[in-house]
Amino acid sequence: MNAALTKISLKGVRKSFGPKKVLDGIDVEVDAGQSLVIIGGSGSGKSVLLKCILGLLRPEAGSVRIDGEETVGINGTDRARVMKKFGMLFQGGALFDSLRVWQNVAFGPIQADGVPAPKAKEIALAKLGAVGLPPEVGELYPAELSGGMQKRVSLARAIAREPEIIFFDEPTTGLDPIMADVINDLIVKCVRDLGATAISITHDMASARKISDRVAMIYEGKLIWQGATAEIDQSNDPYVDQFIHGRAEGPIKMQVRKL
Amino acid sequence: MTLAPLTLLGRMTLAFMTLVGSVTMFATQAVVQGFRPPYYRQQIVRQMLEIGYYSLPVVGLTAIFTGMVLALQSYTGFARFSAEAAIPQVVVVSLTRELGPVLAGLMVAGRVGAAMAAEIGTMRVTEQIDALTTLSTDPFRYLVAPRLIAAVLTLPLLVLVADLIGVLGGYLVAVYKLDFNDLTYLKNTIDYLQFDDVFSGVVKAAVFGFLIALMGCYQGYNSKGGAQGVGAATTAAVVSASILILTFNYFLTEAFFAR
Ligand SMILES: Nc1ncnc2c1ncn2[C@@H]1O[C@H](COP(=O)(O)OP(=O)(O)OP(=O)(O)O)[C@@H](O)[C@H]1O
Ligand SMILES: [Mg+2]
Repeated sequence: MNAALTKISLKGVRKSFGPKKVLDGIDVEVDAGQSLVIIGGSGSGKSVLLKCILGLLRPEAGSVRIDGEETVGINGTDRARVMKKFGMLFQGGALFDSLRVWQNVAFGPIQADGVPAPKAKEIALAKLGAVGLPPEVGELYPAELSGGMQKRVSLARAIAREPEIIFFDEPTTGLDPIMADVINDLIVKCVRDLGATAISITHDMASARKISDRVAMIYEGKLIWQGATAEIDQSNDPYVDQFIHGRAEGPIKMQVRKL
Repeated sequence: MTLAPLTLLGRMTLAFMTLVGSVTMFATQAVVQGFRPPYYRQQIVRQMLEIGYYSLPVVGLTAIFTGMVLALQSYTGFARFSAEAAIPQVVVVSLTRELGPVLAGLMVAGRVGAAMAAEIGTMRVTEQIDALTTLSTDPFRYLVAPRLIAAVLTLPLLVLVADLIGVLGGYLVAVYKLDFNDLTYLKNTIDYLQFDDVFSGVVKAAVFGFLIALMGCYQGYNSKGGAQGVGAATTAAVVSASILILTFNYFLTEAFFAR
């Protein structure tokens, strides 16, 4: 593979919280323009992995390279410059509750890129339209929206600056099946039209198949399988098989006790 | 777990030193970032309104009753050795040098320091601070610096208003209850007032403003967990700001004592 095309490259990334090892040596590469989906059980460290790549959490060991540049431990203006490449949809939405919906979406363009407010509002309303929200919604506050609407606003905010790299943490969780598919299409479109590189987290296998070129599965702090999406049914990996078919019986044991 | 007094003392000393260190680092970063562009003027104005304008009723009420009580109590004392004539000076000097800044500081710590900790704490636990970072906006510049700047600028103005209202309170009690001549009271108030009386109070107010905003932001920024963590941060912000105000008050008083 051509090294120049590698957009994101992780080597031996480790992260613990106290005694709890969450990431235990993650190696993964994502090429420019590619869309990777990470699957894995609840609490397996998927969100933590994205935050380590973004530099919101600092890994204890390992390297995170963006466009070949080492980003672990960089600060200040270097960090800000690298951050400009990213857009992130947080699992919980993380909308600014003191700002109106359109101001949330326009935040990046206005505060970070210096786009004048009227122009930024136009951009914001266009992005809201793309996620199926009418302009009236733009005047509301996040607390006045339903959970699914908040998720879509958050998606609109993540793509508002047309970033080179977009992370989607559970973009379709909490949406009805039709809207989920609209969002899937939108993600595919972002990756194709903007040529963006994407990493998404999802529990929804239909969505994973639709939006990804590659799939990686995380289990007990390691990526136990990665491969092209088309190969996922022939992985011959019992963990992957159990996960994609959603079976309670298998090598992955849930920490539950019988009632 | 041992309760041996020396162990306990050592542990508390270490915890205290750690706290002092991390607060100092936080303050340094806030000040350094605050002097760098971009300046978020809208944020500063919003905070000045919040700290100054909306605190006027609380601070005004505190000041007028304090002024009234001062006049009554000093009359009780001074009448015993026929020194009632000194009441106007006692009232105005106590207010401008001491009670104006300290009481306004404590009231604002309760009102504004708590609100800052709660707002920033909520932003922390709902990942809004992480979202700011991904939108290339430094949380120190966007959230912390405007609050520090606004508090340092606004508290002195608030204290000047409190001084005036407090003197008015003393005047009302002296003239209408203790039968002072109104013009003589005002003349005595002004004639014996020195520039340093007011100036030292204003300097105190600026320092207290800094401490209130610093503790509000620090506790909020470092809050953990959910609603409970935010609640704990709010309490810690008010308590630590109040203690710091009383401590710094002594050292500032000593610094101005020679003059
Ligand atoms: N800030 C933190 N402090 C302590 N532990 C944390 C923190 N963030 C995450 N963890 C722990 O790390 C583990 C992985 O969390 P993470 O949020 O990455 O899970 P996830 O794979 O995204 O799960 P889900 O699919 O439910 O969102 C969890 O066990 C969690 O308790
Ligand atoms: Mg998650």
